[in-house]
Amino acid sequence: MSTLLAVSEPATEYVAATGTLSSLWVLLALPAFGATTILLLRGRTRTWGPYLAIATCGAAFAWALVSFLELRGLENRSVDLHLWSWIPVNGFQVDAGLLYDPLSATFTLLITGVGLLIHIYSLGYMEHDERRWLFFGYLNLFVTAMLLLVLGNSYLALYVGWEGVGLASYLLISWYFWKPSAATAGKKAFIANRVGDVGLSLAIMVMFATLGTTSFEGVFGSAEQLTAGAATAIGLLLLLGACGKSGQFPLHTWLPDAMEGPTPVSALIHASTMVTAGVYLIARSMPVYVQSPDAQLVVSIIGAITLVIGCVIGCVYDDIKKVLAYSTVSQIGYMFLAVGIPGAGAIAILHLLTHGFFKACMFLSAGSVMHGMNDQVDMRRFGALRKVMPVTFGCMLVGYLAIIGIPPFAGFFSKDLIIEHAFNQGGTRGAVLGTVALVGAGITAFYMTRLMLMTFFGKKRWTADVHPHESPAVMTGPMVLLGVGSVVSGFLLVRGDALVHWLEPVLPEQEQEHVFEAITVSIMTVGVSLLGVLAAYLLVHRKAVPHFPPVAVSPLTTAARNNLYLDSLNESLLMRPGQYLTRMLVWFDNRGIDGAVSAVAAGVGGSSGRLRRLQTGFVRSYALSIFAGAMLVAGSLLLVRIGP
Amino acid sequence: MPTDIQAPSFDYAALSPMFIVFGAAVLGVLVEAFVPRRSRRRVQIVVSLAGLIGGLVAVVLLAGHSSLEAEGAIAIDGPTLFLQGTLCILGAASILLLSERSLDSSGGDIVTQAAVLPGSREDLQLSESQGIQTEVYPLALFSLGGMLLWPAANNLILSFIALEVLSLPLYLMAGLARRRRLLSQEAAVKYFLLGAFSSAFFLYGVALLYGYAGSVDLGDIFDATGRAGSNEVLLLLGLAMLAVGLLFKVGAVPFQAWTPDVYQGSPTAVTALMAACTKIAAFGALLRIFYVGFGRTEWDWRPMMWAIAIVTMVVGAVLAVTQTDVKRMLAYSSVAHTGFILVGVIAVNREGLSGTLFYLVAYGFTTLAAFAVVTLVRDSSGEATHLSSWAGLGQRSPLVAGVFAFFLLALAGIPLTSGFMAKFAVFQAATQGGATALVVVGVVASAVTAFFYARVIVLMFFQDPAPDGPTVAIPSAYTAATIALGLAVTLVLGILPQPVLDLADQAALFVR
Repeated sequence: MSTLLAVSEPATEYVAATGTLSSLWVLLALPAFGATTILLLRGRTRTWGPYLAIATCGAAFAWALVSFLELRGLENRSVDLHLWSWIPVNGFQVDAGLLYDPLSATFTLLITGVGLLIHIYSLGYMEHDERRWLFFGYLNLFVTAMLLLVLGNSYLALYVGWEGVGLASYLLISWYFWKPSAATAGKKAFIANRVGDVGLSLAIMVMFATLGTTSFEGVFGSAEQLTAGAATAIGLLLLLGACGKSGQFPLHTWLPDAMEGPTPVSALIHASTMVTAGVYLIARSMPVYVQSPDAQLVVSIIGAITLVIGCVIGCVYDDIKKVLAYSTVSQIGYMFLAVGIPGAGAIAILHLLTHGFFKACMFLSAGSVMHGMNDQVDMRRFGALRKVMPVTFGCMLVGYLAIIGIPPFAGFFSKDLIIEHAFNQGGTRGAVLGTVALVGAGITAFYMTRLMLMTFFGKKRWTADVHPHESPAVMTGPMVLLGVGSVVSGFLLVRGDALVHWLEPVLPEQEQEHVFEAITVSIMTVGVSLLGVLAAYLLVHRKAVPHFPPVAVSPLTTAARNNLYLDSLNESLLMRPGQYLTRMLVWFDNRGIDGAVSAVAAGVGGSSGRLRRLQTGFVRSYALSIFAGAMLVAGSLLLVRIGP
Repeated sequence: MPTDIQAPSFDYAALSPMFIVFGAAVLGVLVEAFVPRRSRRRVQIVVSLAGLIGGLVAVVLLAGHSSLEAEGAIAIDGPTLFLQGTLCILGAASILLLSERSLDSSGGDIVTQAAVLPGSREDLQLSESQGIQTEVYPLALFSLGGMLLWPAANNLILSFIALEVLSLPLYLMAGLARRRRLLSQEAAVKYFLLGAFSSAFFLYGVALLYGYAGSVDLGDIFDATGRAGSNEVLLLLGLAMLAVGLLFKVGAVPFQAWTPDVYQGSPTAVTALMAACTKIAAFGALLRIFYVGFGRTEWDWRPMMWAIAIVTMVVGAVLAVTQTDVKRMLAYSSVAHTGFILVGVIAVNREGLSGTLFYLVAYGFTTLAAFAVVTLVRDSSGEATHLSSWAGLGQRSPLVAGVFAFFLLALAGIPLTSGFMAKFAVFQAATQGGATALVVVGVVASAVTAFFYARVIVLMFFQDPAPDGPTVAIPSAYTAATIALGLAVTLVLGILPQPVLDLADQAALFVR
């Protein structure tokens, strides 16, 4: 443990934006313009709305590229852009502004790049939808909010984006709102996120209470003044927020249900970008976590737990999107595990990027399968699609090889590094976390192989009226591009430690002791993965796949089919007490507050009616009241002077 | 025995606003005598508007002037000029309302011969005649002249004269309604009797203060309060009697009883004049007398004014809740607003003075325009003022209902209207002046007033119109211009109040 020294270099200086970077706000304005145009003009954008959305997203990607190149040429790569004074209250000064540094630049490219591909894919996928224009409006809204989330220069700006992506996510999960399951899934996502958001907002309040600021510059500059308790509190509260948004234990249960949304949404929001916002939040807050090793350890533990849960549940589902969703939960668990390891923040971002490519690729491929299979998702009705959908199969295969970590595909580089860093922490901590990560890799290989075998190999188990066909080019194009990314991104980012060096100003690296050599870990990882593949081949492929899930199964399978009873846990821990609380509040509102309000209204009305009788209409009584008033005025004046 | 009386020196330029308006009034009387009947109305309108606009120009030219004129009897200073300018604009708008002829089938809301017995045969002929009444213009001008003089009067005798000059024409004008004449005559008699009664109090107060200070000049009274050994009871009783006269005119509780009856009975154009201009003039006089004459005895009169402000706000707001006539409701709302303005008076600091001045401008324009809207909603028997007939107005004529709703929101003090800025200004001043408790009462009373304003909005927009409901008459340019002016001022003061706030702040300094 001795070499795990806290980094004590001075906080990064932020420099004012110059050149192209001084108009960084354009990046946000572009999709914001698309979203407002489409959402305000509504149905009038039916024909051209989708193209406008694609154009704004594409322009944002181009702008992001230009900004990225500009940033690379700079000496000091933390650029602050002041926009306007947002909350100019005495003692509570918040400026609206943007922060552009290597971390946000990386996210900006991911969001606009993958976002653009998925916008294009949606053109084909949503072709037959009546409200296509609205879908694209929401997508642009999401891109705007997500960009604000990663570009804001204060926790408050981040919070606005954070809520914005929550809104877009809710709207898109409930896209098929006439289906009760979709409506419920939307609400579930919204409420689970609320639980997390309470954590984030409390963290911001604690920051303001202890440091008097919410800007990144202010918080990180004075993070060293935080007491251990305050740093841990902020760290854990931020973690709660991150768990809500990123589908981590125990708030992960909304994420698989979120697959009720259209598949492009699942790919963009619930696989590559939004759900990784939690990782961004923790990576961004690294200076705070550096002050609290305890909070950092909790991050790793939460990641490890989620990783296992996701793998185990992923093994039993027959719904292709649910399996992918649990694999997302599990992969984000890997990222949390990594971001909690001191000095491995950049590795977490590396896995986030490669995952962004291969998971989006797999989701789009799954969407392509569904597109050809009349929107069916049950893998027991698939089989032998390899020949009918060669492109889709190719893309899915690339994504599959990437996620199970076969070299030289992208996932190998990132996952391998995570496992290596986990072991290299040394001690019990390293042994436990490393082992969990390694075993997780094996299980991942098992359930992903199961998915591949049940979908593309074996015999046809199609229902009668299904005529599978390859998807149009507008869909396969983005898939292929993402597939290429799934192959090369890992190698490119790791070569010469490119990404690690790039992120160095934000996420400093640390020297580590070497429990295992890098090559040993690689061999172990690949070996365990191959074991998983072999097990899946023996268990799934050798036997015919039954049309219905077998009933007589082990208790573990039953538990996994019930999501390890975590839904019930959340229900009894959060939902039921919440319901009782709201019922109590409604009762109190009806009896207490409404009663008081009605009583006040009745009192005013009643006294008004009584006072009115004094207005008799007779001049004599008016004159009397004037006279009495004069007496009172004179009397009170004399009383004040003489009285005391 | 030769007496050595020196002629008082007059700076005619400084007094020119009043001279111009009074001159126009005298000219109006001559017009009545010499101009042929056919063109009399047109000439009267021109003379009246010219007089008031001339007065306004004179005020603008005098801006920044600060001196005592006419041997110290008249003070031309910031508050005087600020209020005189406001009164000239509002007076001109009232003249426009009085000139409206296209709403009533018989032409105009002003009766030709007010003295005819209601219900008699002559009265029936009168109601069908197309004759018009033009004497109302010089009457209004004399009244407005008195209003210009009252806030400037630095001498209690002159103050009393100004009070009578502004009141006497108003008593007459209250009885000039063409429709519901009995109600109008009753209003005139009530207003006259009670006005005379309260004037007596005022005059008695002047006498007592003369006994105390040996002078009726406010400056001398102020000096006398600084000397020991005078008879304090004379001072306090005199102050109390003066206060009764002033509080009667501003309509504070318990001297408000005349307000609803007179506001309801008078022709609506005259009600608008009374509600906007009389209140401004009376508050101007009240501010000068209390701030200049009794600035040193504030600890004597502040508790009394506290109590008056509280009961005025509460009673005005509470009584308005059960009103069923829109003019009576606006009358009680004016009582409640008197209470809010008194909060600013009680602050006794420069912010309080400037806040009160701002409030008077904001309230004057909004209430004048609100009454102007009331004249538009009519049925066969004239104005339909019962609230039940306003139901569903928003569906029949969304524009008129929308404009009226905006004025109601302004009176309730909703942000983005002048009413909010005005309330904010006086409440802030009162808080700084240490009257936080009063502000709390004010905010609670505002909440009550918001209820009955909102009720009218709900009535207009969320209920179905009655089948035989009133119609909205199309006004001529006269009324339309008045409403547009009120709308513009209410909106601009709600969004960009700073120039007028600055103006009021610069004006908020009395000359001694």
